[in-house]
Amino acid sequence: MEKSNNTFEPVVVAFCCHYCAYTAADMAGSQRIAYPANVKIVRVPCSGKVDAIHLMKALEKGADGVYVAGCLEGDCHFNTGNIAASRKVTKVKILLDEIGIGSERIEMFLMSAGMGRRFAEVATEFTEKIRNLGPNPVKAAADKAVG
Amino acid sequence: MKTQSVLEKVLKSGNLAVTSECGPPRGTSAAAVREKAELLRGYCDGINVTDNQTAMVRMSSLAACILIRQMGLHSILQMTTRDKNRLALQSDILGAYAHEIDTVLCLSGDHPKFGDHPMASNVYDLDSVQLIQTVKQMRDDGKFQGGADIADPPKMFIGAAANPFADPFELRVARLAKKVNAGVDFIQTQCIYNVDKFEQWMEAVVKRGLHKEVYIMAGITPMKTAGMAHYMKKRVPGMDVPDEVVDRMASVPKEEMAEEGIKICIETIERLKKVEGVAGFHIMAIEWEEKVPEIVKRAGLYPRPEV
Amino acid sequence: MITAERKPMEEIVECARNFSRVLLVGCNECVTVCAAGGRKEVGLLASALRMHFMKEGKNLEIIETTLERQCDPEYIDELADSVGQVDAVLSMACGCGVQEIARRYKDKHVFPMVNTKFMGASERQGVWAERCQGCGDCVLGITGGICPIARCSKRILNGPCGGSTGGKCEISPDVDCAWQLIWDRMKSLGQEDRYEEVMGARDWRTSRDGGPRRIIREDMAL
Repeated sequence: MEKSNNTFEPVVVAFCCHYCAYTAADMAGSQRIAYPANVKIVRVPCSGKVDAIHLMKALEKGADGVYVAGCLEGDCHFNTGNIAASRKVTKVKILLDEIGIGSERIEMFLMSAGMGRRFAEVATEFTEKIRNLGPNPVKAAADKAVG
Repeated sequence: MKTQSVLEKVLKSGNLAVTSECGPPRGTSAAAVREKAELLRGYCDGINVTDNQTAMVRMSSLAACILIRQMGLHSILQMTTRDKNRLALQSDILGAYAHEIDTVLCLSGDHPKFGDHPMASNVYDLDSVQLIQTVKQMRDDGKFQGGADIADPPKMFIGAAANPFADPFELRVARLAKKVNAGVDFIQTQCIYNVDKFEQWMEAVVKRGLHKEVYIMAGITPMKTAGMAHYMKKRVPGMDVPDEVVDRMASVPKEEMAEEGIKICIETIERLKKVEGVAGFHIMAIEWEEKVPEIVKRAGLYPRPEV
Repeated sequence: MITAERKPMEEIVECARNFSRVLLVGCNECVTVCAAGGRKEVGLLASALRMHFMKEGKNLEIIETTLERQCDPEYIDELADSVGQVDAVLSMACGCGVQEIARRYKDKHVFPMVNTKFMGASERQGVWAERCQGCGDCVLGITGGICPIARCSKRILNGPCGGSTGGKCEISPDVDCAWQLIWDRMKSLGQEDRYEEVMGARDWRTSRDGGPRRIIREDMAL
């Protein structure tokens, strides 16, 4: 895989909990802390609401990386939604390894509503990681077939 | 007398009986079987032949029993219900008796998981208690388990195992009673290292009068090394090896460990001789059969009575 | 319920490899409850399979559906149209469902996507344990409501064997000794005296040993 492909701009989907990461993203914006435009945010009422199928569909439809951002441990508005989310991410990681997509394309992060800087860091670091991994092999193969 | 079994005769005579054990080879050598059995000649009243012990494939118990019987020695056919259904078990009993093997030990056997074929199906058509019932019915009623008549029924002296050290302890006497109800004639116990606990069990057995209904032979296994003591304590299911036994084995230099093991074994026998209800000893010297004569002699169990 | 677990992905991929259109069928009953082959699992597996083959430059078309029950002919009939459009059926139901599809659609390949495990109960969220072997002659009434056939590793009817240690089975410290459980129940029911009744050799004809079994209910016939 060509790691230094300059033209590759990864598409990253971030499922962000309304009570923490989504607000943190807002805060990053208002504090003018930059984060990559590659990250497409999907607001969810709780990270626990994200199902395995959402993560899979995002990748199937062409995302290069996906992450779920939920509240800090013990801070979930619905008590344990973030823990449930993290278990689902682990499960999907295993599935992704099994089908040769690679578990590193999805991740779970925890943060609070006040962590604008943390949100930006996570978004930047994850985007860079995916950039280094290169395009989602599903999409790459489809593009090749078409082109 | 229910049978012609020498073991029954010795037990009935009131002498302390002695049995020993011989594990068949993991191969085809009849000489290996004979060599082990020859070591025991004159030192015991019966030789148990294990049946795929610890669920490892070995020469069949029946075949090895026949080889030993042909030497003029008395083999005891161990049968586990793990590997054979009731057809196979009963046909083996007929075959054994045809070869003048008249003593059987009914066991459920170790789970295949412990052996070299953990992928094997485990049969358990019968359990050990039901096998006792089956052999008794063959002998006393002359009928197969399925109800049909047997031509020349096998007159088997029926044994079973008891483990006074397994859990729950409160059930251990009751389970023996269950085997007695099923018709068992003699019992060989699990190896005894925790003598206190054995005495406690025996006291309860005597209290119920079970020792009058079944001959109880105390299981004895000499330890070769401290490592073996440790292994048996940690790894063998249903084995109770107190720390002081492990420590005692470890307290002597390596070259004296074997002698220490024999000493422990003889002290145990001496102590158990005084326990009411103990009718004899089952000495299992695992891959150490050559030591049995010495143990029998030093424990004052030699010579064996003529019956 | 009947419990199941999804087969390893490698095996599933090999089943699907030679086809371009498949029908992936879940079941709304047991396998939904044990999260092995319900609607959700159908969606996930379909997505995973599509991605796997897309990655290899192959387009696998998957029709996804989940039946109310895969072990009942009237529901299997509902598949007729979709089965006609595909090369093979991938079933996420237990072995009964797979066989019902094979019986109804004689000229179509059908592959199991799960390994059917056992009849069990949910011990807690995400944990299922074996409870019944379907021996056809229930003894629970005399064993304190705990089955020695399904739950003793040696299906011993006059247990516990000599390997019971601290309430656990000799095969693993993670497995309860069924006879310890039975004894505990007998005690709490005040039935200790019944323990010494010998349970005789069983008639296994009522179980699988008697050959494949059927239940015929004349009163139910149409």
